[in-house]
Amino acid sequence: MMFAFAAIATLVTMVLTVYRAIKGPTVYDRILAVNTFGTLTVVLISVHGFLAGRPEFLDLALVYALINFIGTIAVSKYVEYSHMGRPSGGDELGDI
Amino acid sequence: MEILLDAVSWALILVGSVFLVIGGVGMVRLPDVFARMHGAGIIDTMGACAVLIGLMVQAGLTIVTIKLLLIVVFIMFTSPTTTHALARAALGGGARPQVADSPADADAGEGDSPSKT
Repeated sequence: MMFAFAAIATLVTMVLTVYRAIKGPTVYDRILAVNTFGTLTVVLISVHGFLAGRPEFLDLALVYALINFIGTIAVSKYVEYSHMGRPSGGDELGDI
Repeated sequence: MEILLDAVSWALILVGSVFLVIGGVGMVRLPDVFARMHGAGIIDTMGACAVLIGLMVQAGLTIVTIKLLLIVVFIMFTSPTTTHALARAALGGGARPQVADSPADADAGEGDSPSKT
């Protein structure tokens, strides 16, 4: 019962995060939204493990947390040190 | 004792779920990227960690608790690190925090335009 409530709250938050990832005006909004979506995926995998009575899913959650961290760092460094995503003149913010 | 542990874990899961939704609403409604990092921080620390600690209380002393503890510690380390790297990248890429000069500006701040200060 409580696990289902937590799963529903996580799914609602995932919808809000995907809205920001699609709408977000700058590329940094999208990176932030994807990072948060990864954290919510970790929570959802853990809660689903308890909901289904199979906590073995926690291994997947652990690996997903690691990959999410490395991916976010890599993408933000890529956007910072390449010209993709830089302003191309004027004060318009860069976007992919 | 059983009922007490159940109550504690349900309270933690309930509080965590509420904070997850609050952080999600913050990510949609806050005006610029630096403010939205605040909503993401609420989701990462208060929301996810409260839900996972509630699951730890539910699981008892097993290997499941160790794995959940690893996930919580990892989120606690990586969330500030990613936010810091992303804020540096955003500053280097030309995004500036939206600064309200007067309360009227703060009220008129619409969420979709990038800050031009």
